[in-house]
Amino acid sequence: MSIVTVQLGQCGNQIGFEVFDALFNDSHCPGGLCSKRENEAYQASCKERFFSEEENGVPVARAVLVDMERKVISQTLSKAARSGRWKYGQHSCFCQKQGSGNNWAYGYSVHGPRHKESIMNLIQKEVEKCDSLSGFFIIMSMAGGTGSGLGAFVTQNLQDQYSSALKMNQIIWPYGTGEVIVQNYNSILTLSHLYRSSDALLVHENDAVHKICAKLMNIKQISFCDINQVLAHQLGSVFQPTYSREGSFHYRRNPLGDLMENLVPHPEFKMLGVRNIPQMSENSLAYSTFTWAGLLKHLRQMLISNAKMEEGIDWQVRPPLSGLPPLGKMSVNKETHFNTSIANLVILRGKDVHSADVGAFKDPALYTSWLEPVHAFNVWKTQRAFRKYEKSAALVSNSQSLVKPLDMIVGKAWNMFASRAYLHQYTKFGIEEEDFLDSFTLLEQVIASYCNL
Amino acid sequence: MTQSVVVQVGQCGNQIGCCFWDLALREHAAVNKKAIYDEAISSFFRNVDTRVVGDGGSISKGKICSLKARAVLIDMEEGVVNEILQGPLRDVFDSKQLITDISGSGNNWAVGHKVFGSLYQEKILEKLRKSAEHCDCLQCFFIIHSMGGGTGSGLGTFLLKVLEDEFPEVYRFVTSIYPSGEDDVITSPYNSILAMKELNEHADCVLPIDNQSLFDIISKIDLMMNSGKLGAAIKPKSLVTSSTGVFKKRQEKPFDAMNNIVANLLLNLTSSARFEGSLNMDLNEIIMNLVPFPQLHYLVSSLTPLYTLADVNIPPRRLDQMFSDAFSKDHQLIRADPKHSLYLACALMVRGNVQISDLRRNIERLKPSLQFVSWNQEGWKTSLCSVPPVGHSHSLLALANNTCVKPTFIDLRERFIRLYKKKAHLHHYLQIEGMEESCFTEAVSSLSALVQEYNQLDATKSMPVEDLPRLNIAM
Repeated sequence: MSIVTVQLGQCGNQIGFEVFDALFNDSHCPGGLCSKRENEAYQASCKERFFSEEENGVPVARAVLVDMERKVISQTLSKAARSGRWKYGQHSCFCQKQGSGNNWAYGYSVHGPRHKESIMNLIQKEVEKCDSLSGFFIIMSMAGGTGSGLGAFVTQNLQDQYSSALKMNQIIWPYGTGEVIVQNYNSILTLSHLYRSSDALLVHENDAVHKICAKLMNIKQISFCDINQVLAHQLGSVFQPTYSREGSFHYRRNPLGDLMENLVPHPEFKMLGVRNIPQMSENSLAYSTFTWAGLLKHLRQMLISNAKMEEGIDWQVRPPLSGLPPLGKMSVNKETHFNTSIANLVILRGKDVHSADVGAFKDPALYTSWLEPVHAFNVWKTQRAFRKYEKSAALVSNSQSLVKPLDMIVGKAWNMFASRAYLHQYTKFGIEEEDFLDSFTLLEQVIASYCNL
Repeated sequence: MTQSVVVQVGQCGNQIGCCFWDLALREHAAVNKKAIYDEAISSFFRNVDTRVVGDGGSISKGKICSLKARAVLIDMEEGVVNEILQGPLRDVFDSKQLITDISGSGNNWAVGHKVFGSLYQEKILEKLRKSAEHCDCLQCFFIIHSMGGGTGSGLGTFLLKVLEDEFPEVYRFVTSIYPSGEDDVITSPYNSILAMKELNEHADCVLPIDNQSLFDIISKIDLMMNSGKLGAAIKPKSLVTSSTGVFKKRQEKPFDAMNNIVANLLLNLTSSARFEGSLNMDLNEIIMNLVPFPQLHYLVSSLTPLYTLADVNIPPRRLDQMFSDAFSKDHQLIRADPKHSLYLACALMVRGNVQISDLRRNIERLKPSLQFVSWNQEGWKTSLCSVPPVGHSHSLLALANNTCVKPTFIDLRERFIRLYKKKAHLHHYLQIEGMEESCFTEAVSSLSALVQEYNQLDATKSMPVEDLPRLNIAM
């Protein structure tokens, strides 16, 4: 089954390019620590999911590119074409002449209805190219105007038009300090709308990825390109084909469905995060060796202590003794808090993967009480290695780890809202104080639900 | 991509405008080596086949034939505009986009606003509509004028109302030169205060600039070059004051150097909208992020490094120094000290080979020494444009919505009151039809109300920042 990707705004398009590039390069990576036949099956599965074929044989990404002004899409198209290895469809873009001005209301209430037909038509064409549709992957940022506002609008329309297809939104959380001044307003409006219309929200925070670039990848002058490439690596390790129950040569057919089934048992809890280990510069990779035991131990502690990377993990944080209730309800202010999960999915790729022992992840103390670990935890193991990593492990979790960042955004937005600053820019395009209040209410509810796990 | 139209009004407005067009042409020539008419150039220029008579000559793609500025030149005297039309830029301007008269406004806002306003309203509308028609997607009007005279001040602000009524969806960015204390036009306080009311009510965003600051900046550049220590050498092709690039010539025409700073400001303001980068900032984003309340739309600007404003080859200093300088009072284009006042919002527009980590490092470093209003503690808007200014590796434009504009306005009000108390020169204004004393009193109240807003914000400066109680959700 195939996934149709919708890339929205500058962020969505810049990341989308890196994702397809990473997926393609990985699937054509020679070797892969497995047989040639295995490699071919992997490639074919990856292709089915993400690329369609054109007459001259160059794979075409199953993607629709949307932006309200032209510069970024032109760049994205030419970067892809230049690689010569894959490209975007010539007619898969929708552009306008003037951007959304970082205004969620403009993206949602003006651009959305105005261009709904054209955008939905483009998506329809892409869907028609699929033999069978697993669902939609929508890449967008929360801070700006197009990705956030138009992204929310498009997701809603996808829900209306393709009610049986799944939707996962890849949302980029902006840096805590300043990319966009009204980013907190745009964020709460986006999140509250997506909570209603999307099936799962896969979140990446710029601050976290930036730290990975600085500490793990040792990049001195970090650019957005570097950040996007780390992100693409993490997404690739989740979305590339994995074995189904039958094992070798048989890959899972419904990536989105499988992810949702494992990770989103309840519609009140939709926020997912990704952790990946090991993550390092390719130069260092050649000199490093890992054991599954070591990788999994770090990954588990990253989960428990809410660390986003394998450096600086707090090993003091422990799960509560099993059988006993967690040590009091989570308060957002506590520094070192144990991160309770609803569901976890570990994806292992590489050498001797079948020997990897994930027992520690099945500890009921990690999870909330209303799900048995047998339902809350799953593992997918695949022999075929990911990129140049002999062993790599990804953890997708639905846990409390996003509560603190969410709470911060809501807090800052609330302070600004109390002063009524910038509201005239939103009310000008039909987003009223009521709409803000609705968003605040919904998100406070989400925070409370996660805190009470 | 969108287009912008520049409306230059009065002597000052036209002189600055002329410098702007010169710099814009040179910037695009440096970036666009193949002379293809692309979207970046089209933001400020039309491509015209001059062999075609009449209006049909516009060419939208392909090689550049003849570039015409998207500009409307207005002056009630002929001297300055004529000089432009005889100078090296004469082919850049469309002769049909001019409005001139011969008598001038006599440094009288009322003459500019009321007399010439009503006289030329139709003609102005016609020229504006024409320039709008030539645009695929018009986003912004840039109005350049001075506040202290008669034409720029009076007719320039009359225009704002016309633009607001005729093109309500198009942003109005106004670059206003405020009179310094030693201004030689006696009535400049009257003109400025009357113009301020119009700016309060009809501009989307104002960039106030004063001559004294520009002069100080030029002096600093001269000092840097003359000190010899830095091994300064004259650069043949960088963007600066005069097209021959020789600094000696600059001393003959001091205003040229100062005008070029303002021209650089406009160029850098629009660079992220015209050129590519990893984090773009369009003009509508500037307004969205920097104007928290409609009346508080005055932005203090600073350009660093200063040597990007000079034809000199000073070896680039540390990148971080550029950021520090942007907040120093010596680099602001008006007399203001943002560091010791309250920030409502701040935008950093970087050009050149600067990445997000450089930007973040500097914001973290400078944040503790700056005071932001309680509801906008992280009030930063940033952009990264890959194309540096010509002949240099990087530059930074900082735009601050900061209470440090208050002293300029208060000062203006003081000067106004000194004159008005004595009714000095008032009869020149009152004898104009449509002018009454109430025009003056309303104008000064409008300014006082604005100052009061800034005062209220300043009062919150030393208060501790508390988080407000949040919504309580019943579980």
